[in-house]
Amino acid sequence: MSALQAVTASGSAAGHSIEFRNVSIRFNSFDAVSGVSLRIQPGEFVCLIGPSGCGKSTLLSAAAGFLGRRGDAPGAVEGEVLVNGERVRGPDISRGVVFQSSEALFPWRTVRENVAFGPRIRGIRGGELRDLIDYYIALVGLDHAADRFPSQLSGGMRQRVQLARVLANQPRVILMDEPLGALDAQTRSVMQREIERLWQETRCTMVFVTHDLDEAIKLGDRVVTMTAGPAAGIKSVYDINLERPRDETTSAAIELHRTLRDDVAEEVLKTLRSQRR
Amino acid sequence: MTMEVNRTYPANGAKAWYQRWWAVQPVRSTVIFALSLAIGLVVWQLISIKYGVYFFPSPSETWIAFKELAEDGSLATSTIDSARRILVGWGLGLVVGIPIGLVMGRFGFVRQLLDPYIEFFRFVPPISFVTLAIIWFGVGEASKVVLIFYTSVFIVTISTIAGVLAVDPLKVRAAASLGAGPLRTMFLVIIPASIPEIVTGARLAMGNSFLTIVSAEIVAAQHGLGALIWKSRNYGRTEWVFVGIITLGILGFLFDRIIRVAVRRGLARYVNHG
Repeated sequence: MSALQAVTASGSAAGHSIEFRNVSIRFNSFDAVSGVSLRIQPGEFVCLIGPSGCGKSTLLSAAAGFLGRRGDAPGAVEGEVLVNGERVRGPDISRGVVFQSSEALFPWRTVRENVAFGPRIRGIRGGELRDLIDYYIALVGLDHAADRFPSQLSGGMRQRVQLARVLANQPRVILMDEPLGALDAQTRSVMQREIERLWQETRCTMVFVTHDLDEAIKLGDRVVTMTAGPAAGIKSVYDINLERPRDETTSAAIELHRTLRDDVAEEVLKTLRSQRR
Repeated sequence: MTMEVNRTYPANGAKAWYQRWWAVQPVRSTVIFALSLAIGLVVWQLISIKYGVYFFPSPSETWIAFKELAEDGSLATSTIDSARRILVGWGLGLVVGIPIGLVMGRFGFVRQLLDPYIEFFRFVPPISFVTLAIIWFGVGEASKVVLIFYTSVFIVTISTIAGVLAVDPLKVRAAASLGAGPLRTMFLVIIPASIPEIVTGARLAMGNSFLTIVSAEIVAAQHGLGALIWKSRNYGRTEWVFVGIITLGILGFLFDRIIRVAVRRGLARYVNHG
């Protein structure tokens, strides 16, 4: 199968479903997450929001396979995390992860070499590899910077590299841990559109952790709010029935923003109160 | 700001010739280096006038001794012998220290297992092993190379461990979700990310090797800069000692330069990212 065929094939394949079944996650004696159940449909875009330290990233790590015996962190996961009906036992190329920090990039590799990391491991070589890399670098709009090193790129461009690197493995699920958290407002807004476009083109399932309400409303098919930790759980789930591309200045969006804000603020206050004690 | 500059130098062409030359970085650093050397020589000469040439050989005495030792070939042989021992011992230190450091950095169990020994031996100076080295490895090259190896290996191991431990866990996670298993993670992520610390360790180890070579050549070395320094004692030739010391210093400076240039040429992408 040629690279471009592969690209097309992944483009027509739908994303995988993700299911958390009564998931609790403990680090030593600390209960991070408790009793979370959530089903994410294939190809759905779900945003997770909540106060800091509420376990959003922990849930994402569980789905990525970073916790437990085959992961690198010692967190004990109870219950089941299923992706495409199969239990998550460790990291896998079908589940791409985009991190908030560009520390996740390999600074000794150029953009092209960063993007080639996954495909090379999969054994793709030569012209096929070149076509594949060119395709994904162009997809995130970095053709002009393909031979630069990450240190020569802006924050927004680095996040594009992370996206391209993940997409080049043609994943069915993309897990994003505050990918735009470190960017300025302008870049952020541009990147939100980009991520929406990439999602529509690849039809991957997206799980997107953020604490920006507008971002969640702009991107999510559903927005999941979480309760304050320890032993954080799901508070409410909102269906966002707004037409895409979305405009955060419409009255419906503003109304949603208000509801979500009150919902999250309640939990933030709880966190503050528990810290004061 | 610009106004200020213009007031001092009305126009670029109006600068005096020495001001223009002074602005050229290589010229400036060469001049400063020459100045530093000249001051050093003057101070050296003054001390030797004050305390006498036997106690403190003057620059000219040392120069004569240098020519003497250079002409009969003993300086060249000594330099080559010492340089070879340093390079072989240091090289072995890297070859053994880097893999051990990588494994220790990656596996906490191995680290805990070996840590007491590393922490113990790194405080025991090589000179305390001279006698044992000769008993165990004979009076030939082996005992000297082993001492240089000993002085290199711990610092390289410790630096490599530090490098591995400093690798951002996000890189490891990213690699894992991109399909890298433990072996690929080691070769494609851990090693490249640890190169700056490994290079630092290698340079420190080179410095240690020079500190150790003199003690390594205390006994039963025919040639070598350390041997030269020790033998000169028997003849009361302090100016030969000076020649040995100066040659060691220059050789060390040269080796460090070579490492730095090699790293800049060959490993630039691993070292120069902020």
